[in-house]
Amino acid sequence: MGSVWVDGHEVEIRDGERLNGIQAAARVGIDIPHYCWHPGLSVVASCRMCLVETGRRNPATGEVTMLGKLVPACQTPAADGTVFVTNSVAVVEARARVEEGLLLRHPVDCPICDKAGECRLQDYFYQHGQPERRADIQPFTSRRRALGDTVTLFVDRCVMCSRCVRFCREVTQTSELMVINRGAHEEIEVFPGFPLSNPLSGNVVDLCPVGALGDRDFLYNQRVWFMRSHEHVCAGCATGCSIFVDENQDRIYRLRPRENPYVNQWWMCDAGRYGWKHAFDPQRLIEPRMRRGEGLASIEWEEAIRQLDAALRQVERLTVILSPFLTVEESYLLATYARQVQPHATLVLGPVPEQGEDQSFAGGFVIAAEKCPNRRGVAAVIAALADRDLNWDAWLAEQPGRGNWDAVWWAGGYPRPWQDSRALQALAQAKLVIVQDLFASPLTERADWQLPATAFAERAGSYVNRDDRLQSFAWAIRPPRGVLSEGQLYWRLLGREGMYQARAVLAEVASQIVFFSAAHEPVPAEGVDLRIKQLS
Amino acid sequence: MSTSERVLLANIERPESHALSTYEGAGGYRTWRRVLAEQSPQEIQDLVKASGLRGRGGAGFPTGLKWSFLATDRPGPIYFCLNADESEPGTFNNRILMELDPHQVLEGLFLSCFATRASIAYIYLRYEYPLAYVRLQAALDACYAAGYLGRHILGSEYSLEVYLHRGAGAYICGEETGLIESLEGKRAWPRIKPPFPAVEGAFRRPTVVNNVETVACVRHICERGSEWFRSQGVPPDPSNPRDPGSFGPKLYCLSGHVARPGCYEAPLGLRVDELIDELGGGVWQGRRAKAAIPGGISMGLLRSDEFSCRLDFADPLKYGCLGLGTAAVVVLDETVSMVDFLHNSCQFFAHESCGQCTPCREGTAWSLRLLERICAGRGRLKDLELLLEIGDTMGILPGTTICGLADGAAWPIKNAIRKFRGEFEDYLRRTNPEGYRAEQPVWALLSESEA
Repeated sequence: MGSVWVDGHEVEIRDGERLNGIQAAARVGIDIPHYCWHPGLSVVASCRMCLVETGRRNPATGEVTMLGKLVPACQTPAADGTVFVTNSVAVVEARARVEEGLLLRHPVDCPICDKAGECRLQDYFYQHGQPERRADIQPFTSRRRALGDTVTLFVDRCVMCSRCVRFCREVTQTSELMVINRGAHEEIEVFPGFPLSNPLSGNVVDLCPVGALGDRDFLYNQRVWFMRSHEHVCAGCATGCSIFVDENQDRIYRLRPRENPYVNQWWMCDAGRYGWKHAFDPQRLIEPRMRRGEGLASIEWEEAIRQLDAALRQVERLTVILSPFLTVEESYLLATYARQVQPHATLVLGPVPEQGEDQSFAGGFVIAAEKCPNRRGVAAVIAALADRDLNWDAWLAEQPGRGNWDAVWWAGGYPRPWQDSRALQALAQAKLVIVQDLFASPLTERADWQLPATAFAERAGSYVNRDDRLQSFAWAIRPPRGVLSEGQLYWRLLGREGMYQARAVLAEVASQIVFFSAAHEPVPAEGVDLRIKQLS
Repeated sequence: MSTSERVLLANIERPESHALSTYEGAGGYRTWRRVLAEQSPQEIQDLVKASGLRGRGGAGFPTGLKWSFLATDRPGPIYFCLNADESEPGTFNNRILMELDPHQVLEGLFLSCFATRASIAYIYLRYEYPLAYVRLQAALDACYAAGYLGRHILGSEYSLEVYLHRGAGAYICGEETGLIESLEGKRAWPRIKPPFPAVEGAFRRPTVVNNVETVACVRHICERGSEWFRSQGVPPDPSNPRDPGSFGPKLYCLSGHVARPGCYEAPLGLRVDELIDELGGGVWQGRRAKAAIPGGISMGLLRSDEFSCRLDFADPLKYGCLGLGTAAVVVLDETVSMVDFLHNSCQFFAHESCGQCTPCREGTAWSLRLLERICAGRGRLKDLELLLEIGDTMGILPGTTICGLADGAAWPIKNAIRKFRGEFEDYLRRTNPEGYRAEQPVWALLSESEA
């Protein structure tokens, strides 16, 4: 236990905690501006924006001895007795000079820069800059070049913080990016023939504190101040990265990682980052349909819910296939409903898509081979509510010749059309087939009921990742017109009053199923570790 | 001035002075044999510490103290880097030693490695010294052949390998940690400290970096003892408790507008006017001196009325200079324009700034642009204040950079403008009579590459 002082505020440092000046100051709400320092990368102390004055406090007398020169806060450990001064005249002037230096050759092309609005160079200029431009250097050039398929470099906007270079060396360890030339002629560059190409390449755009690195997918698509950011969870793999969904008028423009020390630190993979496009695919199913004679005909939701409920109450044996793309709440509601209409309904965990092997990176970030967000959560719901645990393969193996059921509900939500002839054969034997999915497939052609599903950003609820960490989220965008969310549909089928509220359902799940008992409201932004309660 | 015998330069006028046989004929490697047979590394370290030897590379850090910081609890080897990346403008003392007496340097290097228990040494040689490269390599080969170097040297327990590494022509590689980074095959961006090289240096192992002249002094301290070394030079200033004194012989590089430029040996504490007038034969062509650089361009400037400055580690500071540096004195005669001098200096540092820290990268580039505009006849009075502000705020002394290159870039600016203010103002008024007081921004000057 120790104490440091930041501008007279005492900050307590726990034993074994290793903080620098920036982190200590943040504890008392003091923001020390910085460009090159990032908690996930090595310290280089080169931008010099975080210069502060420092000293030591004599524990016996309380007397403070200052060092007498400026030091970078990022490089100065917050050891017991350290004093930081972040608002002295010397500090204010030093920041203004660094900001002035960085703007000497900067083109100030904010009106056409994607970073405008979330740019540190802009923000710090307003907060710490010189009142007027004293430099007589006018930047003329606007050079740009692609560094790879995902990222474009705007050479003159760069402030040489080297975050992107360090990320490629230290985290992905692919080292595509480097600094060429010397002094004021320095540039970020790739070696000819070796473009920026790694599974985490998009992170360098988030790391860039200015507009030097542009995401080619996002470039010129939207001004950042028009977008709203929603806390969400990536549905791309079993890691379940915490993300922001940045949208405007229900249109997603980009996904960004959201810091979560327990899941994804500061990063997300490119597959997840650019994996939202299916939500806006014109091929999506957008209305409920039911079989009328040879074809499928549209039906109003009110009528559909009534008729579907009536049809299901007449079947004797019901099987519900719960895909690992459903949230905990959705799978719980559907399973509960199935058990209500058929007390011995069979619950099956839907197919779990896998691809390759888990890919680990320095610092612990993992891209999981399991390409779905909620296998753990859905499996736990099935384990708690079903007579027996069944996964997809086991259920398929039981099918040939048995036919001991006459209705199947496929609750899908897979981001790609489901092509599996075995599934089609198995379902073909049923009298009543309900297929709920994002895209038309042979299954939906066979269906007696065709129900649209929602994409990940349209869902509200919780996912449980590969490490049993449950993260909750609200919907970020509304589903396309005509699509009723799964949660709302199941809620209505259960005949419950009012609107589907994921938070209320999670509270019910937590009280009903031991696995989820740690998921008390409110679930914190970084999620909750379900293993805590399981162990106790 | 004292007329002491030449020690460091004792051999250089012998024919074939770079050959092993010549060096051995003058008593070379006798000390190395004796130390290996009779003394322990700690004894040599104590001897060097007692001698008060301070590093000759520019900063003047006590060598024995530096060695004592070496972490001994680390696994793996200790590395010794010989800094032969002599790039400070005006400086050529290491070059003389390496080209004309390479074995003296090597014997000093071996003794220093022995004292620090280093098992591998790298000589980081400046690219622009091809003759030194050839002669050092030949000298190393001769040492391996004669058994002065290699495994179990001269039957002792001690083994040492020395590698000659050639730089690629960057000033920043002379900075201790820039050199280490470059040696590792990386971009020569100086490292942040801590960790210091003595704890984590080359290849993350404890490392000493010493200058060529420093290890040459070590050879003579081992031969003649610390008392001999302390008998030369300037004792500590009793009024300054942080001054450890400036002892021993020093090589002074004298160049510029003097009658007899060259490398001269004298004890530390030689006065600038003694060096110029008595050793260098005075200012050339019968002219008067206007200024002199005391120790390489990064140390700043002395006006001609400040030539009583003693060239030791303490005195130049009293004249507003950065320090002794490499004791490379460059004389500027009365015909030199200080504006041109400063333009040249700014060009050098803008070209050599490694570009890591913002204040140095942008400060050196900006000061060059200001000087370019002033020289093009569009200077303003307030540009001088701007230049002074840039100079006063970059460097490790104000704390705004990682290494001292920015201090070296700042000192010529500060000294030239403060000590020759009148000349700068006259120049501005003469070349830009209309606008020299202008407060309005001026059009930018296009550099050649952009125009």
